[in-house]
This record gives sequence, C-alpha cells and structure tokens, in this order.
Amino acid sequence: MLKSSDLLWMYEKMLLLRETEEKAVELSFKGEIGTLLSGSGQEAIPVGICKNLLPEDHYAPSHRGISTVLAKGGDPKYLFAELFGKPAGYCKGKGGEMHIADFKDGMIGMNGIVGAAIPIATGSAFAQKKKNLNTVTVCAFGDGASNQGVFHEALNMASIWKLPIVYVCENNQYAMTTPVSYALSVENISDRAKSYSIPGVTVDGNDVLAVYEAVHEAVERARKGEGPTLIECKTYRKYGHHAGAGNDEQMGWGYRPKTEEAYWKSRDPILLFEDYLMAKAVLTESKIKLVREKVKKEIEEAVEFARKAENPKPEDALEDLFA
Amino acid sequence: MRQIMLIQAINEALREELLRDENVFLIGEDLHTATFGQTKGLFEEFGPERVVSTPISEAGFTGISTGAAIAGLRPVVEYMTSNFMYVAMDQLVNQVGKLRYMYGGQINIPIVFRALNIGGGAAAQHSDNSADYFLHAVGFKVVMPSTPYDAKGLLKSAIRDDNPVIFYEEMKTFMVKGEIPDEDYVVPIGKGDIKKEGKDVTIVAAGYPRVLASSVAEKLEKEGISVEVVDARSLYPIDEDLILESVKKTGRLVTLDDAPLNGSFASEIAALVAEKGYSYLKAPIKRVTRIKVPVPHSKIEEEYVLLNEAKVINAVKDVVNY
Ligand SMILES: Cc1ncc(C[n+]2csc(CCOP(=O)(O)OP(=O)(O)O)c2C)c(N)n1
Repeated sequence: MLKSSDLLWMYEKMLLLRETEEKAVELSFKGEIGTLLSGSGQEAIPVGICKNLLPEDHYAPSHRGISTVLAKGGDPKYLFAELFGKPAGYCKGKGGEMHIADFKDGMIGMNGIVGAAIPIATGSAFAQKKKNLNTVTVCAFGDGASNQGVFHEALNMASIWKLPIVYVCENNQYAMTTPVSYALSVENISDRAKSYSIPGVTVDGNDVLAVYEAVHEAVERARKGEGPTLIECKTYRKYGHHAGAGNDEQMGWGYRPKTEEAYWKSRDPILLFEDYLMAKAVLTESKIKLVREKVKKEIEEAVEFARKAENPKPEDALEDLFA
Repeated sequence: MRQIMLIQAINEALREELLRDENVFLIGEDLHTATFGQTKGLFEEFGPERVVSTPISEAGFTGISTGAAIAGLRPVVEYMTSNFMYVAMDQLVNQVGKLRYMYGGQINIPIVFRALNIGGGAAAQHSDNSADYFLHAVGFKVVMPSTPYDAKGLLKSAIRDDNPVIFYEEMKTFMVKGEIPDEDYVVPIGKGDIKKEGKDVTIVAAGYPRVLASSVAEKLEKEGISVEVVDARSLYPIDEDLILESVKKTGRLVTLDDAPLNGSFASEIAALVAEKGYSYLKAPIKRVTRIKVPVPHSKIEEEYVLLNEAKVINAVKDVVNY
C-alpha cells in the first residue's frame, strides 16, 4: 500500500517532469535549444514505473520525453546542460534531446532509432538474470515501435528465457502522424503478449496509480523469475510529434481531431492525480502551490546552470568513441 | 524554362511518373502527411493505393517492396532519413542487391530507394549520409543530385531503370533553385556534369558538397584561383572519363564527401585518379570529409566534425600551393 508520502513523491515527480518538458518547449521556441520530441502529458507512466524501481534496477525510457531521465533520480541541471550541448550534460552534450542516458541512476538510454532500444534493454535483463542480481529492467517505447521486427524478436527471447523485464508501451495513439487505428493489426498492443505466452495488460496511462499497480505486479513477477510482462498504457501526447520550433503546425501536419485533443486535455494526468489527492486529503490548495513553486524554482536554477556551463572545445568531438 | 527548388523538382518527378505508369507507387512512413514535403499533395491526388503509408517497419516494407518489384510493380520507397536504411540492411544488401544475380537473371528488380540525408543538427542517429555503404554493396546504382534539373531528371531515370537505384535527397540542398524545362526529360545515370569550368584545380563532389564546392569556387576566383567543379551526380556508376579529363586539364584534385573518410566516395575518386590519371597530377590529391566520429549534438562540436567551406578552401589552397 502506498503511503501519503509515496503519493506526494509521485505528485512532485510528475510536476517536475511536466515543468521540465514545458521549459524545454519554451527554450526550443526561443531557439536556445533545437527541436524537441516532448512527452508532456505522459508523465504518469515514467513516474508510475519508477515508483516500483530500486536504484539498482534498470530503466530504458522511450525516445519521447527528455524528462523521464528525472523520474529515476536524475538531476535537471545535467539534463538541461545536455540539451544545451554542454560538457556538463549527462552525455557531455553529445547525445542531446533524443539520446540521453544516466547510467549512474540506472537510466540505460533513450534511442533515436524507433524500436532499437527494445532488444538492448532485453540484453540488460539477460545480464541481470545471468548474474543472479535479482534486479529488473523496464523497457518503455511507443505504439509505433511495437510494429518493428525487433519488438517481436526480443519479446520472444525474453519469454523463452524468462528474463526479468517489463515492457511498457506508451500508446499515445500516433506514430508521428500515423494513427494506431491504421497501423496496428490488433486492437490493443497488449494483445500481442499472447503470441509470446506472457501476460499482457492494458491500463489507463494517464492514471499514475493504475500504471503503478500494473508495473508493480509485473516487477514482482520478474523478480520471482517468472519472466516478462507487456503493459500497454493508453495515453496521449500534449503536443504534436515535434514540440517547440518546427512543431507540427509549422510543418503543416494536421492529423489530430480537435475534439480528441480536448478530450485528452480534460484527462491531464497531473490534474487527475491532483483531484484524487485532494479528495483523499493528501493535498491541499496551499500545498499544491508550494510544490509547484518549489519545482519551478528547481527548473529555473537548472536552466541557469546549463546556460552558464562551459562550452565544449571543438576537439571534444573526438573523445569517447573508443574505450 | 521555370525556376523551381530542388524539393519541388523531386515532387514533380514523382507526380509525373505516377501519372505516366500505373505500376509506379510510393511507399514509406507517414507518406499521407508528406513528412518533409517531398511528396506534398501526392496522397491527396493519387490515394492510399498509389501512395502507401506504412507502419514503422523499415525491414518489412523494404522486403515487401522488393517482392512487389519482382512481381511487376515499380516501387519508390522512402526512408524518412537515410539512417533508417540500416534497419533494413539485410533486405537491402543481402536481398535486393543480390537476388537477380543469384537467380541467374530470371528477374528484374525495378525499385527506387529515396533516402533523405538530413546532414546534421539532429545528432548521431539522424545525421548520416549512408551512400558510401551502398557503394560498397553490390547490385545498386547510387545517385545524389544537387540541382533541381538533375534531381528531376535523375529521379525519372531511376524510376524507369530496371535495377535497384538509391536516390539521395540532401536536405541541405532542398532550397537550391534552378531552371527546368517544361517538357519531359531524363538525366542519365552514370553521367557527371561540369558545373563550373576552371584551370587550376578540380573538385569532384555530389549533393550538398557540390554546392559547397561551387561557393568555394566563386570565392577563390576572386583570389585568382580557378576551380573546376565536377558534379559526379552518380556515385555509382562513376563517370570516370569526365573526372579524368578534368584532372588532365587542371593537374590537381580535391574530392569531397559528407561522410567519414575511410571507404568513402572521396577515397574512391582519389584512388581512381591515382590509378588511371597519375601522370596528370602536379600535386598530391586531397580528400575533404567528415571526421570519423558519430555526429555530436553539441553545435560547436558538430561544426568541427562536418564539412564546411573553410575546410574545402584550405584543401584547395594546399594543392594549389604545393
Ligand atoms: C527506425 C526509425 N524509423 C523512423 C523514425 C522516425 N520517427 C521518429 S519518432 C517516430 C514515431 C514513433 O512513434 P511511437 O513509437 O509510437 O512513439 P511516440 O513518438 O509516439 O512516443 C518516427 C516514425 C525513427 N526515428 N527511427
């Protein structure tokens, strides 16, 4: 059972992720950082996942949502430094928006090649099992990624070898401009679990507690040596495929019905959780204000840190290729 | 003659070929939206059977296109960026490039792979120019235009060719303007073009590097250095005669390639001239390429890694002052 302090932790994390995404969108519009795939609106998933993870567990987040790096203990200072291309960043400014990793916190890497991270994360679980570590890996990816061949290959192997991994599909219903209703042969991505003889569940991805509970069960299963689970979280991205500079409107891509956008806006995961916590008397208006201010301040400081951080030397480009 | 941009030339070629031959169809991700604009309006005009959007499945749709080509259709496949071709590498290298030969010539594989080189500004997994991989692979023609005229004419040639052709679209050239005729025309695959005559040094390049070469040539002209710009247009097959003739005239060679040096197009041209045009040379050949690291996100580092005008100017001066 989650205690009030756990719920507050989740609430604060969700806000931290949201404000980080929103700040990045703002910086992108200003031209301070480049284009951006924003995970604004999908915060319930990384937070619901990470509440279940120990520091030594691994998490391979989806390529969408720079802020996911913060869910497992990352620091926004180093995240923003990365977006600014500074050596102080998580990847010394070499990875940038879509390719961030924070190995010391068990964030084993975002990937710009859709689907490519699924077998790599599966390899992490393979190693965890082989070394008898009793740790698990969570691998998150989009609906589009689940159509790539490597998704199917990896799930099959994870199943036959009973690897300690939890696959979490963040089904935000579009792969760039392609709707799932067109691109998927199944109604629910979790239906695909059947082909690999593993449990498949679909949950409301905007309900952080629903995500938490589904992942909880799957992580327990993985720790007990019973193998992988596929969890589908139905959600929606607040912005288009790109947010900030070069966003979908600027590109002339109209593909999401306004009524659909409005519906999901009314189901904002943070507001849903706020309502729940208020009803439970875990949160009050004044507490909300306090948390929001704290988070905003933390992000302002992080952006300042990143702006002031030293620039790389051009020749730094030559470093880190080989061990 | 009309002035259009290179991206429009691609669009016109696709449209006219779709109209000309009902076996031609386009296939790739998000074609219904025309992600970066090359296929703008075509989904609306030709519908989902001729302009086919796929799920994200590069290996799958490459193989499906191959099968369709063997069975009589003429697919024009789009890779949203040329990096994503690596996902389909077995289908491309082991299948498309080899099947006709392996099956003793019983079949043709008339297929065009349109690959977008973004070129930079998008970090390591979106910034490659993958063309050099396919110079090494067998069974492909590889073209990389840098003007609207060449783009339209080469794309039409590629679509009408009975072989697999990889057609590179370089985002950094999309806005390049130029004249094209109103009537139907093609540019033959395997023929280069002299974009500017010169006496002192030959630069061989294609795609965006050719654009760089031309602006460098203009600048150096003012300093009294006369540069001949040879646009290879086709990276394979290479127009050997044109290149050797030019080097014979100028006696000096600089080759450009917006990709790492080792095993590159720039190296191939350098080797060609060293092998068959050695006696023409008055100075060692220079190759200007990307540095062989993944493209970093940081702009400062990226600038250091990628090609730029200064690097080309230095190379030209080096060979001229040798
Ligand atoms: C192999 C590959 N193909 C295409 C792309 C271009 N691309 C980037 S994100 C994206 C959509 C991904 O959709 P999904 O997996 O549902 O994740 P989402 O972005 O919706 O979170 C595409 C097609 C890519 N990065 N990699």
